[in-house]
Amino acid sequence: MAEAILDPFQYQFMVRALIVSVLVGAVCPLIGGYVITRNLSFMGDALAHGVMPGLAVGFLLGFSPLLVAVPAGIGFAALIGFISHRTGLGEDTSIGILFAGMFALGLLILSISDSITVNIEDILLGQVLGVSQTDVIITAGLAALVVFLLAAMHRQLMFTSFDPIGAKVVGIPVQAMDYVLLGILALVIVLSVQAVGIVLVLAMLVVPAATAYLLARRFINIMIIGAALGVAATVTGLYLSYHYNLPSGPAMSLTAIGMFAVAAVVRRRVTT
Amino acid sequence: MNASTPNGQPNLINGANGSTEARLIVENVTVEFEGFKALSSVSFTAHDGNLIGVVGPNGAGKSTLFNAMAGLQPMNTGKVRVIGRTAKHPDFLAYVPQREKINWRFPASVEEVVMLGRSGGRWRWFQRPSAKDKEYVRYCLERVNMWIHRTDLMPELSGGQRQRVFIARALAQEAHVFLLDESFSGVDVGAQKYLVEILRGLRDDGKVILMATHDLTNLAERFDQVLCLNHHVCAYGPPNEVFTPAVLEELYGAHGVTITGSGPNHRQHNESNG
Repeated sequence: MAEAILDPFQYQFMVRALIVSVLVGAVCPLIGGYVITRNLSFMGDALAHGVMPGLAVGFLLGFSPLLVAVPAGIGFAALIGFISHRTGLGEDTSIGILFAGMFALGLLILSISDSITVNIEDILLGQVLGVSQTDVIITAGLAALVVFLLAAMHRQLMFTSFDPIGAKVVGIPVQAMDYVLLGILALVIVLSVQAVGIVLVLAMLVVPAATAYLLARRFINIMIIGAALGVAATVTGLYLSYHYNLPSGPAMSLTAIGMFAVAAVVRRRVTT
Repeated sequence: MNASTPNGQPNLINGANGSTEARLIVENVTVEFEGFKALSSVSFTAHDGNLIGVVGPNGAGKSTLFNAMAGLQPMNTGKVRVIGRTAKHPDFLAYVPQREKINWRFPASVEEVVMLGRSGGRWRWFQRPSAKDKEYVRYCLERVNMWIHRTDLMPELSGGQRQRVFIARALAQEAHVFLLDESFSGVDVGAQKYLVEILRGLRDDGKVILMATHDLTNLAERFDQVLCLNHHVCAYGPPNEVFTPAVLEELYGAHGVTITGSGPNHRQHNESNG
């Protein structure tokens, strides 16, 4: 048993994968608390697919894909706001248009480039075993930035999420806070894509936070318990990925969903 | 005290006796939406220690008036002054939105919500409540008799309890003018009475409280003054004096006059504006 747990870490790549897994597992549910209480699931899924062209360009030019995907994700979030304001279409319609458009563009770039260095499956499903030293450093930096931003603006973000009108009346810049939240969401998605892939980022954003929502009452506890569950899911997923040669994204997502199923059976929240 | 001005030509009428400058001065507020005048030259004043009902049919501009006063809705013309306070600061005025505007899925506790009342104004990073904030929040929650519920989550509370928490939050802002938008909706009659009792206590402390309501029952028991609004100020004064047949017709059309039974011969003006 101890061998199964410790053996993998004689390899450098596994140490790097573990670090990234822990960071992704911890950070996703922190923003996930807002995602599940503010109905941002579709936005999160769209952002994940929307960073596809950014990742593709990063891979092809030989940069760390994270460096290109971060501004792409933030630009995507701003563009959704712009399209809704400009056309008067519903936000989810704007999201749908950009979601499909960006994802298609990303696929097209990858297929035209005909590169052998990029594996589409890794982008879609995540391959945490393949992260580089640079990726680890960038991931750690982004994760620290996310935690810093969420802590620095916790009161304002909470107020805006619960009662945007009341928040505006007391002088909190509500619209700016909404963009800040989307910007943080974009950061989290980009740093998570390497571990869980574009298609399954949503699972890490939503599932551990939703599990914590069933177990905790106060919002801050949902964030903390969610982060603990997230780390448990990603690390477990990493082991499954290593020992059974599975893609890391599905392994981590299914672990998280298994936890949710247990929590949902054990405790059902009865509120309106 | 004063008479009503049903002719729709608003003039500044003091909401209460006294020669000192009024706490709240609303001057000539006009709001237009794509050519439609939601509010037309709305003016009134209110002195400290007044509980004012803002009544009118649905779509009469009650919420628009509150939004304009709170700075949420740009005005085409007009000015709102709260004496001794500046806009863009939490103590300018406090606003309790309609319950539909709240995100009830967000698991905020009673104490957290009231604490939010102390988080506006100057932007502060890593904001943590001070001991003084905590003490003040406790005072506010005790005022509305919700301290024992401080760890409860907002979604778990009844309609009346939720309104009491929002009143405590308004208190925590240290505002002198409270705007409550349809605070009785979804609140049972007993709880409504208790809310009025709490609001009277605050009124006696000198607060100016405006509550928008489309419910015309028990106005005289609930409010010191009534502001009748139908895109313009139809009347403003004590509830027993403002509801002349002419004012009621202006508010609700001829139909409104017959259901309240105060104007037997008004059926001939058979124009109902719903």
